[in-house]
Amino acid sequence: MLNSLMSYLGSSVTPGEAGNQLWALIYVLIIFTGVSVAVIAMNWLERKALAHFQVRLGPMRVGPHGLLQPIADAVKLLLKEDIIPSEADKFVFWIAPLIGLLASFTVYTVVPFGPSQAVSDMNIGILFMLGVSSLGVLGIVMAGWASNSHYPLIGALRSSAQMVSYEVAMGLAVVSAILMTSLNQTGTGTLSMIGIVQAQQEQHVWFLFKFFPLGAIAFVIFAIAMVAETNRAPFDLAEAESELTAGFHTEYSGLRWSLFMLAEYAAMIAVSSIAVALWLGGWMRPFSHWLSGGAWDFVFSLFPGLTFLGLAAIAIRGTIRMPKHSLFRIQTIGLGAFAAVLSGIGLLLLGIAVGARAGDHVALARSADALNNVYWFVMKIAVFMYMFIWYRATWPRYRFDQLMSVGWKVMLPISLGVLIVTAIVGVIVG
Amino acid sequence: MAEESKPPVPPLPDGEKKPAAEVVPPAQTTSAANAVEKPAAAAPPAAADKPVAPPAAAAPPKPAAPAKPAGPVPMPWTSPMVEKYRHQYGSGLEAQSYLGQNYFSVDRSLIPNFLKLLRDEEQFDYCVDITAVHYPKREKQFEVIWILYSFARNERVRVKTQIVDGESVASAVPLWATANWLEREVYDMFGIKFDGHPDLKRILLPDGWKGFPLRKDYGILQQDQEWVQINLGIESGQ
Amino acid sequence: MTAETKNATNALSNLDLETPEKPYLDSNELIINMGPQHPATHGVLRVILKLDGEKVLGTECVIGYLHRGVEKIAENRTYTMFNPYVDRMDYVAAVSNGLGYCQAVEKLLNVEAPPRANYIRVILTELNRIASHQLWLGTHALDIGAMTPLFYTFRDREEILKIFEKYCGARLTTHAFRIGGCQYETYAGFEREVKEFVAFVKPKIDEYEELLTTNRIWLERTKNVGVISAEDAIALGVTGPVLRASGVKWDIRKALPYANYSEFDFEIPIGENGDTYDRYLVRMAEMRQSLRIIEQAVERIPEGPIMAKVPKVIKPAAGEIYHSIEAPKGELGYFIVSDGSTQPYRLRVRPPSFVNLQALDIMVRGLLVADVVAVIGTLDIVLGEVDR
Repeated sequence: MLNSLMSYLGSSVTPGEAGNQLWALIYVLIIFTGVSVAVIAMNWLERKALAHFQVRLGPMRVGPHGLLQPIADAVKLLLKEDIIPSEADKFVFWIAPLIGLLASFTVYTVVPFGPSQAVSDMNIGILFMLGVSSLGVLGIVMAGWASNSHYPLIGALRSSAQMVSYEVAMGLAVVSAILMTSLNQTGTGTLSMIGIVQAQQEQHVWFLFKFFPLGAIAFVIFAIAMVAETNRAPFDLAEAESELTAGFHTEYSGLRWSLFMLAEYAAMIAVSSIAVALWLGGWMRPFSHWLSGGAWDFVFSLFPGLTFLGLAAIAIRGTIRMPKHSLFRIQTIGLGAFAAVLSGIGLLLLGIAVGARAGDHVALARSADALNNVYWFVMKIAVFMYMFIWYRATWPRYRFDQLMSVGWKVMLPISLGVLIVTAIVGVIVG
Repeated sequence: MAEESKPPVPPLPDGEKKPAAEVVPPAQTTSAANAVEKPAAAAPPAAADKPVAPPAAAAPPKPAAPAKPAGPVPMPWTSPMVEKYRHQYGSGLEAQSYLGQNYFSVDRSLIPNFLKLLRDEEQFDYCVDITAVHYPKREKQFEVIWILYSFARNERVRVKTQIVDGESVASAVPLWATANWLEREVYDMFGIKFDGHPDLKRILLPDGWKGFPLRKDYGILQQDQEWVQINLGIESGQ
Repeated sequence: MTAETKNATNALSNLDLETPEKPYLDSNELIINMGPQHPATHGVLRVILKLDGEKVLGTECVIGYLHRGVEKIAENRTYTMFNPYVDRMDYVAAVSNGLGYCQAVEKLLNVEAPPRANYIRVILTELNRIASHQLWLGTHALDIGAMTPLFYTFRDREEILKIFEKYCGARLTTHAFRIGGCQYETYAGFEREVKEFVAFVKPKIDEYEELLTTNRIWLERTKNVGVISAEDAIALGVTGPVLRASGVKWDIRKALPYANYSEFDFEIPIGENGDTYDRYLVRMAEMRQSLRIIEQAVERIPEGPIMAKVPKVIKPAAGEIYHSIEAPKGELGYFIVSDGSTQPYRLRVRPPSFVNLQALDIMVRGLLVADVVAVIGTLDIVLGEVDR
């Protein structure tokens, strides 16, 4: 067991490449659980952040500051009656949320959390990601059609039209990033997700800043298209609450509805991870070339632990400020325990970082590396997640035809132009 | 006007059986043609907490009798416009003014033409409201009322006509598009038909409802029990 | 269920829908039932939409779900007893309803409210106008997809409701006025609190505008959407901000002043294009004008009685009267026929929402489904008033 762990930590390739199926399976499980937990956390965070944008408190009742709200929601959704409309196509109705969920989770196979921290490193990784994540719309279309009801049908139609028009711009933006991998070093371009990040590592630049502003423009195009791709505000036409009541999932309830939600949030994280890998240097820590050297490496490797300690500090502050009343005793204890867990994790991470620096232990150093990689990757995704919430709080919703015209008349030409100019500049400069 | 058509008056609340002292300023002339320019002379310095009538135990009868002379009365309304139409229509048209508000009482047959004239020649381009009143004791049971306003003249007039039950009135939809729903509501509530209305059907009540609720013979607790039983599946809506 | 289907077909059989000249693609027409339970129909409005894809070919409003027979109730209540009922029509602008009713009966009685009462009435009515517009803004923005303004406006509307509550004990259905004046003297600190509110809400209105007025998506969603020309608006009897946004400078407060509006200095904001964006701007400007009126009124509020001399038993002489005021939604009129008894012989309410709603059809033809909710929002209807 220990040997196996050591052999894994010593490996420099993904379990998929190494052919280690056991490790691949463990990875899949970790990612599945991790993403589910992230979705739950995101659910809470969105409700809280949105609430604070809107001068209200958000969930406050279930657990301290509503920390247990997602669990209460999940229990409620699981216990709810599962309604299938009598006129619906039962099989399609039943399978639609599963397809959405499968599509958005399958994407994570190639998400590069680190140079070896991925289930597999396909040489067509980005293509696979784009392809599979677009499959998610199939679930929506099937749900809309199977519901045999007008609002879901319109929602599904909107969703598919939206997918078609934004997928093109998105793809072109991705291609311009892929072009950048091959430039500078004739003909070694790659479609592999890990390869793309490594290209940024080798070129000492995040593609966001490469050929400024070309990379940035492509990134912005992608950032807009990915909001449309995941049906989030201001492009949430498929489920536009005030227009189509709930759009494609109008007829869904309980568990099936929650599967859609799970798929939506998982897809958000998935497309964000594409953006992170392609333009934001993937697992690379910020300023990895500017502030290079062992000392800086050490400073940055303290970040994961410090983050958890910071969260713990917030929780401790909350515990202290909790009203001193017998009604709040359980909440106070709960929040205190939460703070203890957080600070425990923080101290552990700090310990690993310090240990890796001080000692000469290979496994420790490897673990610290892996932790750092995952940490920075996740942090960059978190920025996107926050942006998703921010958009939702700020903007009104686009209308269907406006959405299409923005997609075809603005985004497509710009991304095409960026692609061409990137190619020319790349040839001249590279 | 409404003396002969009094609705059943419920008993007054106890302790309120005084002869309703009409403190309306009796000599308040209402000749001012503009309704809104009434001088605010009626604001008395007397404190509001003073009881308005002495606790008179006597004089129980005649509850409404003194109201007639004391209250304001309709006055003839004269203006160039009125003169013009009076000349044109003669006895079919009567122009009066009550409390500074002007109205025409027009014969039913003159209505389509008269409304058109008001709109086209006198610039009454805004039809404020169309409504009706039911006077079951009169021979002509219904009074249909158009309230018109002219942006150019900043003036509001009412046009009234009386019809017997079952008679119809010309629709004003060709003149003012807004009449569409207003006439539908009148039809819904009173059962008055409007000739030439594009789509005369019930608007507030369900399509299959029987009875016209704002008629005086329709009790306040009355319902279309049959409709309620069929459509709501309950014995009674009350 | 059968009756429901029958009603729907009845409604549709009269739906005046011309077939499109060039149907794009070979799509069948889709008939969608929006409401009466729908997040964006502001209550129990039911709109039957005939769609070609997402394009609206025609609409049919089915109303009456909230019909309570207010006019019939009026005939069976005394003038005083009916007063609280009017609050239940436009329940977001109950003070305005009360003002219109009380003034109509006062007119019938030929009495005038004393000056102090008029000032209190004006202050409360204008506060109510702001509250109504705030609620409109929040829900309208929510319909268009902007969630956040809703909470801002509700937060600030709360301050108005607090003032109402302190004044008369109720927040929504205020029943603030009585026939002949006001029931209550202002509470201690009323003027100060109103002034504080004015100072508080001015930057808040800027805040709403910051979120929306120059927002690209907001502009795209509202400009040239639901256009109604001045001629159409007049023909359809549309009043209030909707009419003014089409460029007609007409406000009953100025045209036929009631209470003591003639004493105040304020402007009538108007729009140019009659689209949803102009209606938005007009209402925003109206909130500012209302603040101006409130400021002046609070400064000048005189001492004196708050009730005119009216009899305990309201018994107007036989006759009829029409009186209308500028409610937040438009012209709110009361047509009262008295037969000399203690009850109105007939009381007709001229509801602005009801008449304005009629314009929905011509405003949304040729637009998309998303615009229908935008236009319903911009008409600012309250179903309690539409159905009465």
